Amino acid sequence: MDWQALTLTLKLASITTLILLAVAVPLAALLVLGRWRWLSALEALAALPLVLPPTVLGFFLLVLLGPRTAFGRGIIALLGHPLAFSFSGLVVGSVIYSLPFAVQPIVAGFAAVETSLVDAARLLGASSSRLVLSLMVPLARRSILAAAVLCFLHTVGEFGVVLMLGGDIPGATRTLSIVLYNQVENFDYAAANRTAAILLALSVTALAAIYIGNRPHGGRRA
Amino acid sequence: MLELALDASRGSFHLRVECRFTSEWTVIFGPSGSGKSTLLRQLAGLDRPLRGRIALDEHLLTDTNRGIYVQPGRRHTALVAQQPALFPHLSVTANVAYGLAALDKQSRTARVEQMLELVDARDLAKRRPQSLSGGEAQRVALARALAPLPRLLLLDEPFAALDGAASDALLQRLQNWVSGNRIQTVLATHDATDAFATGAEVSLLREGCLVAQGPADEALASERARLLGRIGST
Repeated sequence: MDWQALTLTLKLASITTLILLAVAVPLAALLVLGRWRWLSALEALAALPLVLPPTVLGFFLLVLLGPRTAFGRGIIALLGHPLAFSFSGLVVGSVIYSLPFAVQPIVAGFAAVETSLVDAARLLGASSSRLVLSLMVPLARRSILAAAVLCFLHTVGEFGVVLMLGGDIPGATRTLSIVLYNQVENFDYAAANRTAAILLALSVTALAAIYIGNRPHGGRRA
Repeated sequence: MLELALDASRGSFHLRVECRFTSEWTVIFGPSGSGKSTLLRQLAGLDRPLRGRIALDEHLLTDTNRGIYVQPGRRHTALVAQQPALFPHLSVTANVAYGLAALDKQSRTARVEQMLELVDARDLAKRRPQSLSGGEAQRVALARALAPLPRLLLLDEPFAALDGAASDALLQRLQNWVSGNRIQTVLATHDATDAFATGAEVSLLREGCLVAQGPADEALASERARLLGRIGST
C-alpha cells in the first residue's frame, strides 16, 4: 500500500474542497442573485470543465502555467518555481477541474430558497453578504455538503489533469489514481485491486454520508 | 404623504397608477388580480417600474427620469404579505431581531420584546416558525416588519390567517401604534369590511388602474353599484 500517495491524495482533495467552497459559495450567490446579462456566460464558463476532456484541460493548464506564456513566467517570478509538476499546480488544476461540481449543487440550493424569504431579508436591510451568510447558506446547507463531498471525491479520483499537469513525482504529484495506473501498467493486479478498493471505499463512504445527511427524518414520504 | 405615478408590468399584468395618499392610513381595495400586490412591491422597491416616480414625504424613492432607485433595505419600508415568510432556521426572537443589526444588544432585546408585546406574541419568543399556527406566524411577521420602525408600512392582506375577533383587535392595536409613531401605512385588501373598519381613505383599484379615491363609502360606491348590477343581470 502506497501510504504516501494516499496521504497526498487526501491532502489534495481536502485543500481543493476548502478552496472550492470558498470560491463557489460567492460565485453561486452571484449567479442566483445577480441581474447582469453576462452572468450566463460566466455560468457557462464555470460549467466548462464538465464537458472538457480532463487531458485537454490539463494540457491547457500545463501550457498556461509554464514558461511559454507571460502568465506562467509571472507565476514563476512570483513563486520562484513553475506551478506545473508541483503540488501547488495540482491544487490549481483540481480547483478548476472540479469547479462545476461545487458551483452547480450550490446554485441549485440557493435557487431553491423561497423568493419571499430573500425579499423579506432585503426589506429588513440585509446586505448581499449578510443575505448569503445568514439566510442562503443555512437554508442550502445540504446542497453545500453535497458539493463538498462531490468535490472531494472528484479530486480523489482525478487522473487526466493530474497526469498532464503534475506528472508522476512521488510525494509531490503521485496520487492514488496514478499509483493505480502504474500498477496496472506493471501487471501487478493484486496491488491494483487493493488501491482500487481504497478508492471505492472512499467513494461509497462519502456518498453514504451525503444520502444519510439529506434523508428527511421519517423517510422520503414523511 | 406618499405620491406615486407608476407604469409597471409584472408578467403579462400591467399597472398604471397615479395618486397621492395624504392620510396616514390608506386602504387599497380591489378584487384578486387587480394589482394590489404589484403596487405594494413597487412601493417596497422589490420590483422596478417601466416608468414612474415614488416619493415619501421629502424622500424620493424611485424616479426613472432621474435614474433614482433606492434599494429595498434603504427605503425604511416594511412589507407584510399574506405569506408570513419567516426565516425557518431562526427562532421567533431572531426573526424579529433580523432587521435590528444596527442596534446594540440591549436596545435590540428591548425592541424585540416591545414588538412581540404589541402583537401579543411574547409567549412565542423561543418558538421556531415551523411550530407556529398561521395566525401566530402572521403576528410574528408583523412584529418583524415593525421592529426597525419603518417610515412606510405596507400590509398585503396580512390578517387573512386570523379569525375575525383577533384580526379586529390586532388591527386596532396596530392602528394606534402606527399613528403614535407617525408611520404612513398602506393596507391592501379585497375585503370591504377592512376598508370600512379602519375609517381610512380608500383607493379602489381595478385591472391595474386606480378608479376611485376618497372616504370608504364614496370610493366603494361604484364598486357596490357594479356588483349589484352583476347580481341583477344573473
